[in-house]
Amino acid sequence: MTLAEHIHYMGPALTLFVGAVLVLLADLVLGRRAATWGMALVVVAGGLLWNAAQALAGTSGEALSGSIVVDRFSIFVTFIIFVSAFAVIAAAREWLSRLDGDAEFLALLLISAGSMALLVQSNDLITLFVALETTSIAQFIMAGIAKSDKSAEAGLKYLLTGAVAAAVLLYGFAFLFGISGTVSLPGIAEFVRSGPESQRLPLILAFVFIAAGFGYKMAIAPFHAWAPDVYEGSPAPVASFLSVASKAAGFAVALRVFYTGLGGGDTFIAQDWAMLFGALAALSMVFGNTGALLQTNARRLLGYSSIAQAGNIAVGLAAVAAGSTMGPSGVLFFLGTYVATNLGAFVAVTAVAERLGTEEIEDYAGLMKRSPLTGGVLSICLLSLTGIPPTAGFIAKVYIFNSAIAADQMWLVGLVALAVVNTAISAFYYLRWVRTMWLDEPKDAVTFRPAGPTQAVLFVAAAGVLFFGMAPTWLITAAQRAAETLL
Amino acid sequence: MLTTFLLLPLGGAVLAAFLPHDRERDARWIALTFALAAFAVSIVMFIRFDTGVEGYQFVDSFDWIKAGDFNVRYVVGVDGLSAPLVLLLGLLSVVSVLVSWTIDVKPKQYFAWLLLLEAAVAGVFISLDLIQFFLFWELELIPMFLLISQWGSGRRLYSATKFLIYTLAGSALMLAGFLVLGFEAGTFDIARLTANPPTEAVVPMAAVFWAIMLAFLVKLPVFPVHTWLPDAHTDAPTAVSVMLAGVLLKMGGYGILRIAVPLMPEQAVEFQTVLATIAGFSVIWGAIITLRQTDLKRLVAYSSVSHMGYVLLGVSAMGSMGFAGAALQMFTHGTITGLLFVMVGLVYERTHTREIARMSGLMHRIPILGIGMVIAGLASLGLPGMSGFVAELTTFLGSLDAHPTATIFAIFGVVLSAGYILWMIQRVFHGPATEEWKHLKDASEWWEFAAIGALVITIIGIGIYPAILTDVVEAGVAPIAAIVEAVS
Repeated sequence: MTLAEHIHYMGPALTLFVGAVLVLLADLVLGRRAATWGMALVVVAGGLLWNAAQALAGTSGEALSGSIVVDRFSIFVTFIIFVSAFAVIAAAREWLSRLDGDAEFLALLLISAGSMALLVQSNDLITLFVALETTSIAQFIMAGIAKSDKSAEAGLKYLLTGAVAAAVLLYGFAFLFGISGTVSLPGIAEFVRSGPESQRLPLILAFVFIAAGFGYKMAIAPFHAWAPDVYEGSPAPVASFLSVASKAAGFAVALRVFYTGLGGGDTFIAQDWAMLFGALAALSMVFGNTGALLQTNARRLLGYSSIAQAGNIAVGLAAVAAGSTMGPSGVLFFLGTYVATNLGAFVAVTAVAERLGTEEIEDYAGLMKRSPLTGGVLSICLLSLTGIPPTAGFIAKVYIFNSAIAADQMWLVGLVALAVVNTAISAFYYLRWVRTMWLDEPKDAVTFRPAGPTQAVLFVAAAGVLFFGMAPTWLITAAQRAAETLL
Repeated sequence: MLTTFLLLPLGGAVLAAFLPHDRERDARWIALTFALAAFAVSIVMFIRFDTGVEGYQFVDSFDWIKAGDFNVRYVVGVDGLSAPLVLLLGLLSVVSVLVSWTIDVKPKQYFAWLLLLEAAVAGVFISLDLIQFFLFWELELIPMFLLISQWGSGRRLYSATKFLIYTLAGSALMLAGFLVLGFEAGTFDIARLTANPPTEAVVPMAAVFWAIMLAFLVKLPVFPVHTWLPDAHTDAPTAVSVMLAGVLLKMGGYGILRIAVPLMPEQAVEFQTVLATIAGFSVIWGAIITLRQTDLKRLVAYSSVSHMGYVLLGVSAMGSMGFAGAALQMFTHGTITGLLFVMVGLVYERTHTREIARMSGLMHRIPILGIGMVIAGLASLGLPGMSGFVAELTTFLGSLDAHPTATIFAIFGVVLSAGYILWMIQRVFHGPATEEWKHLKDASEWWEFAAIGALVITIIGIGIYPAILTDVVEAGVAPIAAIVEAVS
């Protein structure tokens, strides 16, 4: 294998790493905020292009002696992550123009997104851990980068919980290595498939620890406690990045480890970890929804909502191990639609905060009169989070619940029943918010327009939510083909 | 043809929504045009409907989602069960546009949502795929919620929210039920599911049956999940009450006959006594509560609970006569209660009160509206010669053998309904003419006459010549009855 091939396989991630350095240099040389901002966008676009080239060329295979793997799965998830990074950067234009150290922020974001791409390409435990830590460390700094108490608190909280999660994850990896004698995911899979019944208990311990470590990234209960605080306290662009890209990467890497690494759905422990994720899903939906019901702050509500949504996605993970082939594609499709939906919601909230200086939901009264675009997009995204047609969230829920039913197990039907009841509960707080925007009278006659790039992001997000709600075949097929490579 | 029926209101909604601000009032003309066009399509469909043909007619279909194991088709079609409901929807949509003629608060949005509501309900009646059915079922929520909460009166926000929560909570488990059925049968296509219904699943079929039934019973509605209905009705604008009573409630009865019974016939037969008991109780309870109402609109609203009980009673008989009665009752109740709500709305526009006690001798002041109300009232209590009679008689004949006790209770409900209807007419329209209502203006606008006329003609027409409807309905319920008979 030539050096060029190694580079090609890791191309999208490397583009962002090199781009991070270039952005810092550009800041030194040019010193203009618009230039660094534009450059960061170009870099992510470059990464996306490379990613697209890999997809079109059907690139697949291992690099760096098997520690990195390129397949449709990694290409799909990388695409999601880079798209969200692009949107976050685009929408952060105004905020960046006020920030000390905007170039540093952009560089960190590029590094974080690049590491996520490596994370989903990782094929052994060590690469995986290094990529995970790189992306996390960049995020810790980003969460605390605004010079305010809230931001510092968010950064510190994120760091402390993150450190614990990393330690627990590493502990789980150590177990796995100890039992199987290898760090390579295919190697571990081979060991698990050979059916070492005597190792059942250590294996269960290992994957419980690993699920806890990843659960932190996914913001799934009971590893969710950081999410509302960090979503509320960290700067808005960071919160939106965490809520979509970080969650997508967390779920993707969990799919990779549990599917490729633990041998997929037909091993002797598959049912055990399926039940584990089923329990996490149930907890997450219940905690997230009950928490969200009480919130008055928009970003805190989205924080709890993202915990509840993690529960929905985890239904797909539970179905994965139950032998259903639809499970992983359900997770991937849900993540794809979730990125558009949650980005739209977060960017709209950010736009309101920029213009009206408030994040309290009661101040959203009459938003449809103040800014029809912001209010309209936020409404569409909230409907999608609820799962009301014709939005993408509706199809995503139907699809992922269907994959769980297709596993043909009674407890999964029960889990789906719990999930649909939770959907009805979630309607209460999502639609209450929509109602405030449409029906309540605004306190004053102030109208506003979000900044140009923000408008574009809002528009594209809403268009995506509606498009994938009405014509989802393409995205589902892509998710299915990506999921096939895990099998 | 049915796709056109679905797209016309949708197109009208988009067009109305994008009207320029200074021509906002013209939204009503757009709405009327598109509602009339859709009505015309439904009439043509109904005339060309062939009762001799088995299965669905006017079928359109294409693959909507085709991805590996997950296939959802867009399939629309009608049979004798849904064809009358499509016609009813076309008619009532025109009527509700007419009675909204003077809406001047945000007319663009109002008419756009109203047309969207029509499209969503149309989707429910013509969908032949479970997922597609569920999609339209949920799609109807948002226009309904906004129509009540923005253009309603009284505690409109409370009522709209209550409506939303009841419907969402009711239909949540329906999705789980649909997914289980779809998985067991390997298809979401209703025609194929009906031909080959799954007999067992990983969970007890009884659980699936009730998960799906719950959504329909809430929508119908029956005691004890009916409490959203009076609130929603009372606070909704007239046109929305017409749509709600006229077609939205029918989604429940239609769902039972289209999905719950033919797809799970064993469970339907097994639980028929439970259903009959709920139905009988609902009829009586609804009627007793209606008797106690002091608000004209609430009275009509509660009478719907009682009358929709007949639908469930007919279904619970699990035979072709009962099914036909239920299907007829759905159509006739749609026209009759539609007319009642139109009349109540028109009276309220003049008197600005719905207190029955405050009104007296209105027949002297507004004779045309009074006569309209009397016709609607008489039809509602099932007077022979009007459409309500045919439906109720068929229902009772169908259910008497299967569930004599519940039927007798229900017949007693008819007596009560005669009581509350006649008492209401006597208090409001007869009695001494008071000074307070001296200046009331009778119906004089063309749109008032058009709305009243269309409904009165339908009600009397079907009363005199019921075969126009019964033939179609009997053709529609025969296959369902055959499925049920095969298992019982």
